[in-house]
Amino acid sequence: MNSELEDLYQEVLLDHAKHPRNFGEINEGGVHVHGDNPSCGDEIHLHVRFGKEGRVDELKFTGQGCAISLASASLMTVKLKGKTAAEAAEFSRAFREIVTTEVPDAAPALGDLRVFSGVRRFPQRVKCAVLPWAAMEQALRQTNGEATVSTETDSGGS
Amino acid sequence: MNAAEPRPSPVDWNALRADFPILRQEVRGRPLIYFDNAASTQKPRAVLDALRRFDECDHANVHRGLHELSSRATAAFERTRQRVADFLGAASADEIVFTRGTTEAINLVANAWGGKFLRAGDVILLTEMEHHSNLVPWQLLAERSGARLRFVPVREDDGTLALDQLHALLTPEVKLFAFTHISNSLGTINPVAELCAAAREIGAVTLVDAAQSAGHLPIDVRELGCDFLAFSGHKMCGPTGIGVLYGRAEILDAMPPWHGGGEMIVSVTLEKSTFKNAPHKFEAGTPNISGVIGLGAAIDYLEEVGRDRIFEHDQGLALYAMDRLAELPGVRTLGPRDRRGGLVSFVVHAAHPHDVTTFADQYGLALRGGHHCNQPLMRKLGLPGTARASFYFYNTREEVDGMIAILAAAERFFA
Repeated sequence: MNSELEDLYQEVLLDHAKHPRNFGEINEGGVHVHGDNPSCGDEIHLHVRFGKEGRVDELKFTGQGCAISLASASLMTVKLKGKTAAEAAEFSRAFREIVTTEVPDAAPALGDLRVFSGVRRFPQRVKCAVLPWAAMEQALRQTNGEATVSTETDSGGS
Repeated sequence: MNAAEPRPSPVDWNALRADFPILRQEVRGRPLIYFDNAASTQKPRAVLDALRRFDECDHANVHRGLHELSSRATAAFERTRQRVADFLGAASADEIVFTRGTTEAINLVANAWGGKFLRAGDVILLTEMEHHSNLVPWQLLAERSGARLRFVPVREDDGTLALDQLHALLTPEVKLFAFTHISNSLGTINPVAELCAAAREIGAVTLVDAAQSAGHLPIDVRELGCDFLAFSGHKMCGPTGIGVLYGRAEILDAMPPWHGGGEMIVSVTLEKSTFKNAPHKFEAGTPNISGVIGLGAAIDYLEEVGRDRIFEHDQGLALYAMDRLAELPGVRTLGPRDRRGGLVSFVVHAAHPHDVTTFADQYGLALRGGHHCNQPLMRKLGLPGTARASFYFYNTREEVDGMIAILAAAERFFA
């Protein structure tokens, strides 16, 4: 088997793509962000409920897309549940970094998210990995109501 | 081809393949299998040489220089216009407008023809299988003019147009019917002559998007009975940035210019200008001269092979690919079996089209994955997109076999 492929589609990633965690909707309250990657047809509906001091109390998603975008969304929800807004923003920054640049000593705190480091060798797939995070960043910005983000207008998380 | 002539000997497709230098390479250690011809085809040595020869020997601006190089460039440029007219069976070279491509040709019609002849309440009839380039210009025109869009549905079972609804859709408000000759995402060949005849009965103008057909099967605009037809050079062995709008003389003459500038005027004062006749009034500014030269060389090359034989070859490859894909249990092909051009769209149950395409690329197989600029159609079919293999005459059955082996591996990998 081709090693770059195995690097991109690591087992953890494929497992999350086939069995996405936190797949579903939050019935009441919270933020709903619709994320769109029109160049691929990836789509995510991210639901976030913030608790006291902006902590991420509940985080779910639905949508469709490639293995990379689904796994990214799934792993993101696992990683960010219970984190403060500031921690979530820092994860997002670090995630964008590992999918675009060579980071020899990626923060161990990223944990499983480090499986996405293989994406940087597939520039056309970076958008797929980033889509859920762009949606999360929008959720952090508004903390309630609805919004839409698109990878075509994504400014890189700033 | 003259029917009285004896049929030339069978084509040596392998020899033709050897005319394409780019195909002789490995990608990631495997022989390149280039199956993205619906997006862009490759250029034979004859086209590459013609481009180089022109730039090394004859390049100058056309139509206005009183010197030898300009004369040569102008002669070659206008000779190609006649060549294109013959290629399409047009009545005259004056019916051939050079554009940047199919997209610009359609935008030209939407602006110049649509701006003058469409009114609020008029209807533009399209189909649900149009490429965005034959949809978005009409949406913009509808917004400006108050005209409405209407669509011939695509049948979900076999990806053909619901022709039984055509007459109900062609009401007197329909002023234009624009549709694709061959669907770039499903491979469906539409019955162009029949559609044009139906439109003509109610006095509607017709535009055929021939981006996927011009280099793939014989076209005669007078037999088809269309008013406009558009295609791109780079999907038929020519360069990018050059395309053609065919327009029936009477209609082109009635249209105002679109872009203003040099080359398209007769006389200019500070207040007002008068314009040349078609096609020159639609070609403001210095055109893509070497693009035209390259397009001419591509037409010469294709005519030598024969588009009827290219069609037979490509369709044969598409049907072979459909049969072989049917052997893979987790793969479903889309679109009709009959009346199909040389491409196959398919869905791999276990994997998203982009994962399939990335996987294939690692084995040197160039597929296209995604919505193919057909977002509304994909939405209707309930698909995020498809993977697509699109063929040209330099592709082989062995390459199709190679694709099947790679897809079988992809199924195992993503299962």
